[in-house]
Amino acid sequence: MNPVEKKLNNDFYIESPLPPKRTRMQEFRRLFGQNRLAILGLFIFILFFCCAVTGLFLTSGSRPIFDPAMVRLQEKLRPPLAKPTLDSLQPQEVPVLGVYLMGTDDLGRDVFARMLQGAWVSLTVGFVAVGISVLIGIFMGGIAGYFGQHHIRTDHVLLTLALILGTGLVIANFTFIGTVILLLCLAYIFYSLSARHGSTKKETPALKAMLHSNAVSVDTLIMRIVDIMLCFPSFFLILTVVALLPASIYNIMIVIGLTSWMGTTRFVRAEFLSLREQDFVAAAKALGLSNFRIIFRHIMPNAIAPVLVSATIGIASAILTEAGLSFLGFGVPPPHATWGNILSNGKNFIFDAPWLTFIPGIAILIVVLSFNLFGEGLRDVMNPKLRERH
Amino acid sequence: MIDGRTTNDRPLLCVENLKVYFQSNGARAHAVDGISFEVREKETVCIVGESGCGKTVSALSILGLIPTPPGEIVDGQIIFSGQNLIKLDEKTMQKIRGNHISMVFQEPLTSLNPVFTIGDQIGEAVYTHKQIEPEALFKYCVQLLNDVGIPSPEQRLNDYPHQLSGGQRQRVMIAMALACDPDLIIADEPTTALDVTVQAQILALFRSIQKKRSMSVLYISHDLGVVSAIADRIYVMYAGIIVEQGNTDQIFRAARHPYTQGLLASLPSLSKRGKRLYSIPGSVPNPAYRPEGCPFHPRCRHRILSCQKEYPGMCDYGEGHLGRCPVLFETGVYSK
Repeated sequence: MNPVEKKLNNDFYIESPLPPKRTRMQEFRRLFGQNRLAILGLFIFILFFCCAVTGLFLTSGSRPIFDPAMVRLQEKLRPPLAKPTLDSLQPQEVPVLGVYLMGTDDLGRDVFARMLQGAWVSLTVGFVAVGISVLIGIFMGGIAGYFGQHHIRTDHVLLTLALILGTGLVIANFTFIGTVILLLCLAYIFYSLSARHGSTKKETPALKAMLHSNAVSVDTLIMRIVDIMLCFPSFFLILTVVALLPASIYNIMIVIGLTSWMGTTRFVRAEFLSLREQDFVAAAKALGLSNFRIIFRHIMPNAIAPVLVSATIGIASAILTEAGLSFLGFGVPPPHATWGNILSNGKNFIFDAPWLTFIPGIAILIVVLSFNLFGEGLRDVMNPKLRERH
Repeated sequence: MIDGRTTNDRPLLCVENLKVYFQSNGARAHAVDGISFEVREKETVCIVGESGCGKTVSALSILGLIPTPPGEIVDGQIIFSGQNLIKLDEKTMQKIRGNHISMVFQEPLTSLNPVFTIGDQIGEAVYTHKQIEPEALFKYCVQLLNDVGIPSPEQRLNDYPHQLSGGQRQRVMIAMALACDPDLIIADEPTTALDVTVQAQILALFRSIQKKRSMSVLYISHDLGVVSAIADRIYVMYAGIIVEQGNTDQIFRAARHPYTQGLLASLPSLSKRGKRLYSIPGSVPNPAYRPEGCPFHPRCRHRILSCQKEYPGMCDYGEGHLGRCPVLFETGVYSK
């Protein structure tokens, strides 16, 4: 409507009714609120988070309130809610609540205290491992999807291999050969850098042409690395690495993270491949945005939904992997309790003391389930097009 | 269409002998095969041609958006206010895109990012090239939406693309293109995906904006009806080359190339009511396997033997009207 027309019509022109204005946060809450299961998942997750954080404070320090390592051999395998026999215990051995809330294990340790301590491990393992794997996955997948058609030159591939070989040899104490290889690499880098500025010769010898030819596309390189990583049965890869590295909770987190990024990479690459052909990417380019901004601000939010879902499921599976490792005795070293090693200790007494396996097992089940529900809900809310359908 | 507007003679954009080839399955597709055109200041230039004749590729190559590996600008230059855009590096091109040359795409349905609000996207278009305060940015976005005729712009800014209609989305795209007051807007069939009433509105919008902001428009279309409504000058493309050029009157009243004549004859009109509509026989040649000589000769009713061997040169009909058909030029047969 042009201004003149608008002025003419002003007398009887009434602004049409508008929907009530909401902030984005309100909108988010409204949509999320419609998904009961997601709310349940979020609620359990918050509960779990609180337990883990308070558990960390209550069970650590030199004189913790709940001592997960307190051994009371005379009180072993007491069922949940059993009262301690006070006359056989020292005053400092009596549990704070006056009752064994979740019973005791074969050494008379309070399972409730151990569960509290283990919650923090499960939480951090889940988040750190998935954080690492999602970061690597998004980075690799983004590059493979967006820059996949670019090629890597043969000499760069060879150079990288030589550098890795050289470093490996130096670390493995073949210092002389390693250093020679590293120096050769350095010399080649200097040579190629100076050659680019210096010579303007047109004719290229066969060797040089071979070195400068395109070896592999970025996409092929990254996706084949993913395939190779997926070839290994990942649980046994983790077992091997954990057996080589000193046993520590941080090593386990990092190793789980480093062996579970392949799924995310494939998701992100697939999304990028389809999204980068979309018109809005061309439009963004036509506006003069940089590649970096296009990747992270325009394509990534569109590609993030499947990544988020796989991440929440990944948290669940990381918790399970940690539990499995602890169950096999490769996880967190013994005095420290995790849900996995409570479970694995309990399996020896499954008929005499079933709570030792059921309590951590059900806890893992509930947490994993709540993460999955929450992830599904999050995916629905993140997608503007799905919002209208509720 | 030169109603009182003064068209400056200095060319803003000058494309010379541009050749863009694509590698596909071992063959070389000559998508754009040596075209030259210019856009003067405050002028609307239309490039007309059927699908696959290289219109979009020439538009994208102006912005340096040809995907290279498959595509490659083989030859030619694109001079935009004194700079050869082909020689510029990526950083400098990013400053030109959006800021000096902007583009409106064909499909308003997919050209907006589905996960961001309209306000975010227009704001980004402005913010990329001009650093301004959020408050001022909001006001500027409202102003832009007002300019392109979207009602209650404050509310629309918080909407997502899927909540708008096709015409509104195209208006938003135009608002984004206008964001930095560019000197040249390239509109790549902006009305193809819209229905006829909305198309008329968008064309009117283009005309009023151009008058208000005094900028040049390079309008790419296959629709002669649209072209006759807005063009100052027209270039007719066929199979990667320009076959005829001239102002709107020259092209529509006195077409000098058999292809243009065929296009005009195939337009439906009231006077042709009840008669069979003319259609040019055959179809556009495969860009990788062009016929020898004149690319149009297999479909041309005026062809002579030499058409199959000699590449036709441009023949000058005076007053800037050029046509690439020596046969009609020499024989003087101008009739349809």
